[in-house]
Parts: sequence; structure tokens; C-alpha cells
Amino acid sequence: MINLNEAIETLRMIRQDNLDVRTVTVGISLLDCAASSVDEICTRIRKKITETAGRLAVTADDISREFGIPIVNKRISVTPISIVGASACRCPQDFVRIAVTLDELAEELGVNFLGGYSAIVSKGMTESDRLLIQSIPEALACTSRICSSVNVGSTKTGINMDAVRLMGEIIKATAAATADSDSSGCTKLVVLCNAPDDNPFMAGAFHGVTEPDAVINVGVSGPGVVKYALESVRGESFEVLCETIKKTAFKITRVGQLVAQEASRRLGIPFGIIDLSLAPTPAVGDSVADILHEIGIGKAGAPGTTAALALLNDQVKKGGVMASSYVGGLSGAFIPVSEDQGMIDAAECGALTIEKLEAMTCVCSVGLDMIAIPGDTPASTVSGIIADEAAIGMVNQKTTAVRIIPVVGKTTGDSVEFGGLLGHAPIMPVNNFGCEDFISRTGRIPAPIHSFKN
Amino acid sequence: MNRSIITVVGKDTVGIIAKVCTYLAEQQINILDITQTIVQGYFNMMMIVDTSHISDNFKTIVSGLDDLGNSIGVQIKCQREEIFEKMHRI
Repeated sequence: MINLNEAIETLRMIRQDNLDVRTVTVGISLLDCAASSVDEICTRIRKKITETAGRLAVTADDISREFGIPIVNKRISVTPISIVGASACRCPQDFVRIAVTLDELAEELGVNFLGGYSAIVSKGMTESDRLLIQSIPEALACTSRICSSVNVGSTKTGINMDAVRLMGEIIKATAAATADSDSSGCTKLVVLCNAPDDNPFMAGAFHGVTEPDAVINVGVSGPGVVKYALESVRGESFEVLCETIKKTAFKITRVGQLVAQEASRRLGIPFGIIDLSLAPTPAVGDSVADILHEIGIGKAGAPGTTAALALLNDQVKKGGVMASSYVGGLSGAFIPVSEDQGMIDAAECGALTIEKLEAMTCVCSVGLDMIAIPGDTPASTVSGIIADEAAIGMVNQKTTAVRIIPVVGKTTGDSVEFGGLLGHAPIMPVNNFGCEDFISRTGRIPAPIHSFKN
Repeated sequence: MNRSIITVVGKDTVGIIAKVCTYLAEQQINILDITQTIVQGYFNMMMIVDTSHISDNFKTIVSGLDDLGNSIGVQIKCQREEIFEKMHRI
């Protein structure tokens, strides 16, 4: 039977250390919504999503109240829209109409983000993929809850450099289209390599074609809980440190598993996966950078950061895997800059640079995330950053992503406020030497060899 | 049986248990186990209760206890037992 200390520990995690279930995401296949006209597609999408996820928000709130655990976000991910709309969309505006329909649905259902305004172009682009990508700036400017992602490479296919070049331009165009809100459209747009089909976290969530008709994926959180646990083992050996992280990750993940199973039972939708990610928020104490500090790193970005992050990421997985029957998604520590107060502080005082963040992404999920850069950064430089990150993912057989915001009208030294979970960020300096000739080459980078490991 | 765990945490004062127990009796909630201690003037209590026969729905009980806690000056949480079991037992 549960004893008083255990009960108090659970309460403390929730009340003081910000333990929560970050997202319950229902993945919905829209493959059966394809039709010969855009109107018909929108009608079918509306019917399918409402029937499948109509009770999502209410059910999640019920579970939250009964178990006393906050469920922060209720979300939906759908089949990449470039596939769903391929049969009818003949221009970018056709895709924008689908985006608007999805946005309306998200609002009606009480869902804060809907992901899957996506194209998977790791090897090549269909005409439909190209149209969807071209529609992204307008789609993100005229909607508020739609998240868009483009997968530009994978370990098996190499990197589609034509898509990388295009995405540099699209990110700039999205920034310009949402210039009046500090280019906030770019906070809902991510470029991925090796994108998983079952990711519950935005902006990269979409419902892959390998998935069933509908599925529930849950993302847990809990950097604050890990940090608090580590406070009690200051100065101890790595063995003790790692054991503590593992045990804490186990407890956090079990809560996610419980919520996922309960949501699955109540909604009648199969349980997919738990995403074992330490997802920070701008709330004080809910920070991955603070965990690194607790491990012994003066400021995130200082020498030792990459090793500490590698250790943290691995122990979270080791603890979490046993706590859940199925693990998937991104599963790793997130290091978004604007969403993590410790990261913001480190960037502001100069401890953390984009180059160090890039190194950190080699050992954790997911990539260069929520980084504000000067608005006059050339599109080719943005593409160069994407290519670098995709290369890390491709060679290391892991998911990597880029979500950067070239904030129109701002430059190094300024700061930008996105609000809510998206937080605020200093504009970080970007290397001023160009890579235009590299990016202007056409075609793709071939898939890497996976022998002769070094 | 539908087991839930009620935790009460806050500054110690006269009548906390009495008030909580009276509320539970009114709601047809049977108490299975009580553990209580005072640490540095702070009252900590955990009750394991059976909520199978409640007349209201579970959400109403949760907010009723929340309100009761506010009136006494302590925090009262009522949560389904599974969240504790899952977290602390393999």
C-alpha cells in the first residue's frame, strides 16, 4: 500500500516541480479524405476529425481532474496534407483553404495546436509537395493553431538539397508574412531529417502513413522533477547521478503511461507511444539548462555541456523505457532556447552560441529549436544551417530539426517575445560568412555509407 | 472497489480531521486507512478511501474537498489511487 512519504513525493512533483503531461496528441489518418475537389476534402476532413477527436479536450480534462495531474496540451496530428490534398489542390491557395479548415476545427475542438501541414520530401518532391511548401507562409500567417513541418532528408535517402534550398526561402517568407507579430509564423514551422511518424510534440507532429487510422501518443515532461531529485545528490559519483535520473524518469514516464492508457480506453482509440522527452517551459525551474547546471555545468554552453547532455538524455531513456510499454516519437531532452529560462539566460550572457547548440544536438533530440536570429540573415545561410543539422541527423541515424526564426527588423542584441509556452528569446548572432555557392547546387546529398564507422 | 487517495497538507490547526471526515461521511465515502503526522508544525495526512458509493460524481468530490481545504487553510487533494501505484510500484 502507498505510504505517506510516497504520496507527498508525488504531490511535490506536481505542485512544486511542475510535473505534468505535456501533451495528449491524437493522430488521425486523413488518407480516406482525399477527393477530387478541395471543398469535398475539407468536408470529409471536418467529419473525420470531429468524429474521432470530438471528445478529446473534455476527456483529457476529466482525466486530469481525477488523477490530479495537469494535462497541459490537447493536440491533433494528421496525415501530411501534401498527400491528402494531392488529388485536388492545383495551386498553393488550395492548400491554404485546407489549412484554414483545420484551424477552425482545432479551435472548435479546444485543441491548441494541430500538426501535419507537412510534406515528406526526403528524396524528391511531388508537384503537390511543392505546392504545399509554397503555401506555408500564407497558411501560417492566416491561421493560429496550425503547425507545419517538412522532412528534407533521412539516413536511408540522403538529403534533398533542393528542398533545403527552398525551405531557407520559405522560412524567410514566413518570417516576412508574420512580420507584425515578430515573425511568429516561424515558431510553427520545423524542418526535419529522419522525422518520426508518431511524434506527439509540435511543431513536428504529423500522423505518418505507417500508422493506424487513429492513435493516441503522449508526451511527458518533468525537467523540474529531475532537477529537484539531483539537488539531493550534489557531489556524488556519476553512478549515483545516473541512477537518480533513471529512477526519476521512470516515475515521470509511468504517469504518462497511465494517462495514455486511460485516454485510450475512454476515447476508444488505440494507444500508440509515450514520447520520453524532457520538455522545458519558460516557467522558472522547468528547465533542461537548470538540470545541466545541477549536474555541474556553470552555464549551458560551457565546456562539458555536450557530455552532460548525452548522459542526461541516455539516462532518461533508460529509466523511461521500462516504465512504458511502447516508446517512440522524439524521446530525448529538448533544448529549445526561447522555451527554457536557463537557455535564455545562457544565450543572453554569451555562454551559449548556435555552434554549441549544434554540437549539443548531436547527442539529444531534437535540433536547433526556437532560436531567434537576425532578420537580415540571407535565405542561403538559413538553408546552410538546415543542411548542417540534417547532416548530423542523416549520419547519426537520429532525428534532427531546425526551427529558427529570422525576426524581421531585429538584429543581434535585440530580444523577441512570443508569449505563452513559446517564451521569449534574445536574437543570437549567426556566422556572417556565406554558403551561397554550396546551397545553389541542385540535387541531393547521397545517403551515407554505414560501414567503416568513425 | 474504487480506491482514491486524499492528501491534506498545511499548517496544523484544530479540527482538520473532523471536518474532512464529516465531509466524507456526507458523501458516502468510506475511509480505509489514515496516516497522519506533524512535521515542524505542518500537518500531513493521507487517507485511502473507497469512492464506489459516492452520490455525486468524482469531479464534484474533488472540487468539494478543494473548497473545504480553502476554508480550513490547508490543501486537500483527492486523486485516484492508480497515479501513486503506477509511480511508486513496479
